[in-house]
Amino acid sequence: MSKQPVQKNEVSTTGHEWDGIEEFNNPLPRWWLWTFYLTIIWGIGYTIAYPAWPGIKGATEGMLGFSTRAEVAADIEAVNTQNEAINTRLASAELTEIANDPELNGYANSAGAAVFKTWCAQCHGSGAAGAKGYPNLLDNDWLWGGDIESIHQTVTAGIRNEENFDARYSEMPAFGRDELLEDEQIDQVVNFVMSLSGDPMDASLVGEGATVFADNCASCHGDAGLGDRDQGAPNLADAIWLFGGSYGDIRETVYNSRFGVMPSWDTRLTEAQIRAVSAYVHQLGGGE
Amino acid sequence: MVNIVKLVVLGVVTLFAMIAANYARDLAYMVQALIVMLVAGGLFLWTLRGVGEEKPAINQGEYMDDVIRFGVVATALWGVVGFLVGVVIAFQLAFPVLNFEWSQGITNFGRLRPLHTSAVIFAFGGNALIATSFYVVQRTSAARLWGGNLAWFVFWGYQLFIVLAATGYVFGGTQGKEYAEPEWHVDLWLTIVWVAYLAVFLGTIIKRKEKHIYVANWFFLSFIVTVAMLHLVNNATIPVSIFGSKSVILWAGVQDAMVQWWYGHNAVGFFLTAGFLGMMYYFIPKQAERPVFSYKLSIIHFWALIFLYIWAGPHHLHYTALPDWASTLGMVFSIILWMPSWGGMINGLMTLSGAWDKLRTDPVIRMMVISLGFYGMSTFEGPMMSIRAVNSLSHYTDWTIGHVHSGALGWNGMITFGALYFLVPVLWKRERLYSLTMVSWHFWLATIGIILYAASMWVTGIMEGLMWREVDANGFLVNSFADTVAAKLPMYVVRGLGGVMYLTGAIIMCVNLYLTVRRAPAREARLSVAVPAE
Repeated sequence: MSKQPVQKNEVSTTGHEWDGIEEFNNPLPRWWLWTFYLTIIWGIGYTIAYPAWPGIKGATEGMLGFSTRAEVAADIEAVNTQNEAINTRLASAELTEIANDPELNGYANSAGAAVFKTWCAQCHGSGAAGAKGYPNLLDNDWLWGGDIESIHQTVTAGIRNEENFDARYSEMPAFGRDELLEDEQIDQVVNFVMSLSGDPMDASLVGEGATVFADNCASCHGDAGLGDRDQGAPNLADAIWLFGGSYGDIRETVYNSRFGVMPSWDTRLTEAQIRAVSAYVHQLGGGE
Repeated sequence: MVNIVKLVVLGVVTLFAMIAANYARDLAYMVQALIVMLVAGGLFLWTLRGVGEEKPAINQGEYMDDVIRFGVVATALWGVVGFLVGVVIAFQLAFPVLNFEWSQGITNFGRLRPLHTSAVIFAFGGNALIATSFYVVQRTSAARLWGGNLAWFVFWGYQLFIVLAATGYVFGGTQGKEYAEPEWHVDLWLTIVWVAYLAVFLGTIIKRKEKHIYVANWFFLSFIVTVAMLHLVNNATIPVSIFGSKSVILWAGVQDAMVQWWYGHNAVGFFLTAGFLGMMYYFIPKQAERPVFSYKLSIIHFWALIFLYIWAGPHHLHYTALPDWASTLGMVFSIILWMPSWGGMINGLMTLSGAWDKLRTDPVIRMMVISLGFYGMSTFEGPMMSIRAVNSLSHYTDWTIGHVHSGALGWNGMITFGALYFLVPVLWKRERLYSLTMVSWHFWLATIGIILYAASMWVTGIMEGLMWREVDANGFLVNSFADTVAAKLPMYVVRGLGGVMYLTGAIIMCVNLYLTVRRAPAREARLSVAVPAE
């Protein structure tokens, strides 16, 4: 039924026809056939060179002794060997001296950046600017101290986790949920706290709020609300808010409290890695 | 008698679905049980009303085309749905805010992504394969579909499977295996439908009036048989409860991963390659009105493709817990597969020799040719990406996503569009398509859309692969994962735009096909009676 009849110089068809479709008797294209053969020959050669054919107890190992696992192990080994000496030095150096040793400091910064991007960026952000609930590590505001020793301690043991006995720990009461304060008092103290950093608030409530603050909050946050690093109590007089500085956010904090957790890293990272990331964070801009 | 058996079965199913919905342990299962209850209950009433009515006599010499018309409509509609969900998730990746808070757990990326892949592969691709295989096997066997209304059961049963699968994804019933997400009860239903499909197809081939089996039917048959095998092995699970979605797979650890990718790769190999080659082998010679280029090539590349594809799965698991020997074999078979895959492209393209002028005048042929172009490109790219060294860069990156889309949008999509443009005028007895200009618009929108998609994914894929492995002089990683995500944003937007163009093209096609049925001039009594050719 083909509307264009088979031309004279063409090969014949097979003589079958289905719903008007015929098939030419053309041979296999040479280049196609030879490329096919070549890939087969290459395949046989490749399976001789590399681990390939399975048997009862194992597979042929290949003449080149190739192994992806051995390759990875060798790569890791090479890097470890290359950095072994400087890692030992870093792990035993005085923390405060790292910054004064250009070679050690350069190494600590690049190693620390890699550790940070692998383990810390998930919460603190790859640029360390933090997010709501996760502290910004670029500024001067430190909850538990911003000198390198304090940072090192925080990274080593973590915060409020249950895995490390030395983890930094403190807990703010849930003043509303546990009925330590009346709703009215919470309203007052929230307005007082907002007044500390000069946020717009209801000035009529600030006076009573100050009393509530002095009775309930000042023991940790200080009389002037400047915080206390020994207890991880934030400074409330600056404009930096870990869990948000709106009325609703602060009220939520007072009502239900917050409980930010950071894992301890001493079981996952080596001492050299912890020191490297501590130095890196310390030198991001806010270190003391 | 048949009606009584039907009524009993439907009644029992309705009752059981009611009980199952009542005792359902999870939302997905409950929704699915309710759907089954409504469908079975509705069929019960419909059968009851039809008891004792005379059935119109069926002319056994006539082709069974009603079910194919339904299949054509289903293909077009599911295609638009699948592309639309794809566009949505593309923009969700570019702008995560589109994972709306109020619809978490239903329309977030994680729920919509399997909905998209299944909608395009199984709903769009599957319906296209069922409809075209039913059409082709009748025409090339000169026989009506075997099994009477069984073909209708296949069609509607398959639609039910699609709806059950989709509700599972959206409501959280999934076994978490790529392209095999539906849970055990949906898998069982698909098994029943698939066996019926095999019976109809094989039955028709057996009662054929042509002496030889046409090459398209070899491909269709291999696709049906192999998919049945893959489906059964990869879904060998034990349900936790008969009233719940959850089931536990029989395979453990790396064996499970290997079975999954043996399945996953051959879903590509047999569903999206062999099946669609069957389509190609009928519609290209028909549309070009030329004989197939080489009978010999079709035999050799068919058997080589069938034999080699099944071994290529391990290339999805390079550098994992899979032993090196299995990974080597997967790679070697993938590379040897290159020429057998290209055999189909050569046979299709060379069929046009002597009719190349049609590329200028017939946008449908142009569509079919470009589908072969994308087929050739992705069947070259695939073996290349299976090479261990290339894979260590490309694996887990967007390059893979670009690769599957140049195959799916370019090859599967375009050849299906070509087949739909061929089928609609024939099935609805129209003189011609409503508008060739609209076909041209569809062609260019789709082609440029695919190019934007594939090119942007090459760029982000290679970029992200390089960023992941970038280390400084001391051997430390330079980029965090989030850095690589941030760097991809512009290309994600380009990809989304490519998707919008492709979707727009498909909508234009639907309008054109609808207008063809409604407005194009009718054709005088075309031959729809089964007559063997010479």
